[in-house]
Amino acid sequence: MNGRYTAATFGRELVCVAFVAAMMLPLYLLVVLSLKRPDQAASAPFSLPLHPDTANFKTAWTGGGAYGSTSLGGAFINSLIITAGTVAVLVVGGSLAGYVLARRQAKLAWGLYLLFLLGLIFPLQAALIPVYVLINHLGLVGSPLGVVLVDSGLFLPLTVFLYAGFIRAVPRDYDEAAITDGAGHLRVFWQIIFPLVRPVTATVIILNTVAIWNDFFTPLVFLGGSGHETLPVQIYAFVGQYTSTTQWGVVFASVLLATAPMIALFFAMQRYLVRGFAGGIRG
Amino acid sequence: MPWVFVLPALGLYGVFLLYPTGAGFFYAFTNWDGFAASPHLTGLANFRHMLNDPVAKGALEHTFLLAAAIVIVQNAFGLTLALALQHGVKTRSILRSLLLLPACLSPFMVALLWQYLYSPTGVINQLLGDIGLHSLERAWLGDINLVLWAIAATVVWQFLGYSMIIFTAGLRGIPEELYAASAVDGAGRWRQFKDITFPLLAPALTVNLTLSLIGSLKLFDQVIAMTNGGPGYSTETLATQMYKQAFIYGNFGYGTALALVLTVIVAAAAIIQVSVLRRRELART
Repeated sequence: MNGRYTAATFGRELVCVAFVAAMMLPLYLLVVLSLKRPDQAASAPFSLPLHPDTANFKTAWTGGGAYGSTSLGGAFINSLIITAGTVAVLVVGGSLAGYVLARRQAKLAWGLYLLFLLGLIFPLQAALIPVYVLINHLGLVGSPLGVVLVDSGLFLPLTVFLYAGFIRAVPRDYDEAAITDGAGHLRVFWQIIFPLVRPVTATVIILNTVAIWNDFFTPLVFLGGSGHETLPVQIYAFVGQYTSTTQWGVVFASVLLATAPMIALFFAMQRYLVRGFAGGIRG
Repeated sequence: MPWVFVLPALGLYGVFLLYPTGAGFFYAFTNWDGFAASPHLTGLANFRHMLNDPVAKGALEHTFLLAAAIVIVQNAFGLTLALALQHGVKTRSILRSLLLLPACLSPFMVALLWQYLYSPTGVINQLLGDIGLHSLERAWLGDINLVLWAIAATVVWQFLGYSMIIFTAGLRGIPEELYAASAVDGAGRWRQFKDITFPLLAPALTVNLTLSLIGSLKLFDQVIAMTNGGPGYSTETLATQMYKQAFIYGNFGYGTALALVLTVIVAAAAIIQVSVLRRRELART
């Protein structure tokens, strides 16, 4: 199959490049329109901004603060705290649970595994009012910790599923040898299993970071108007006036500011992401 | 492997997702408004009401249409691209990265971007005008015959790279020797795809179909941000209706009854799919 680079291969390459170029057109517009004044954006949306205008970004950065109870910079910090805190809980809790569920032969392990899988199909809206009442009882409405707890419950099923699948593919000999050597279970896990499952940890970190950073609905319900808003909630409150007056440049500048960290993360870690998927499927 | 290792995850999952979902489903059999002191049990009244509610019936239909369109188109494109980029194409790794890029954007922000593209003065209409197809210009999100497919297209645009990456990972697991051996036997490209590639892609296909089906049945952010269920009720889905009934109209009991129906549909679809596809996986090994 790995034949020479023929005319047919070249033709296939051209078709693929053309298709991907068309797919990238919306993202190209997102970037160039954020650098244009409204009149330029309306008359020539596709042209390269030869004289890039950063006014949209200034409006987005400063105005983003004026319309909510926090600044866009503050919203960055809130997004960061909530995302990092939840992902830490998911990696520690998910890998420990996945380890036991993958290794134990008992019926209980299979039952618990299926119980976690059930969480993949629940629509959050059904749980929302009871969980809101619960978080309110704990005095955590408007607090980043409340969102960390709700998001942990929401994203643990996928995390446990990924870890359990991957750990099943790791030969038992490794941990069994170490345990006969007299090492404690937690040490075996931490020093032998956890390093072995690094690819799936990378997948877990990327998938959950992207999902939590981008999440709109949960932080809207639990943090709206609290002064601890995350980026999507802050931007939602701010862009309405610009979408209705079709000043898309400001909207797109806000979107780019909020998305830049995810795009950076994506390019830095994409290798692990692809490898993680491959492991998960074989496992 | 002490069971206690499961407790942190099980505790968080149990308290903050499992219990609230169970409590929510209890309210599906009540007429609770979400805030009154005590809910009043009404048996199956909410479900009977659903049968006579044209908006709920429409929402069910739209949910199925959206899911069918997204699952089929996204996986067809994902598989085709994974195969096209498998061998020989020199730019394949950069092309794969670019295809996957939209998946890391927020669906809410992607909806803002496509709202612009679809708007009457947006670039889709401009492009159609530029190539002389003025007759095809329209308000994409305002046309009740098109709007559902317009939403499906944004979802496919965002997530087809995700499907492609999973298929690519599956293709990497197929031993090259199988192709070499079948080539010796005189098998053509199509025979190789039918007898080797497609059967051995079964695990990747299972993962892809399951993820895209669950995701598209629960579709919410994109619909709320782009059309809010309109024009009229033409893009209401079970997810948007359950949200509106519970949080906007104050019919929390009815909203959770819709949520229960959606959960049962998603669960049934996932179970049928996984068991049928697993059987196919096992039959081949």
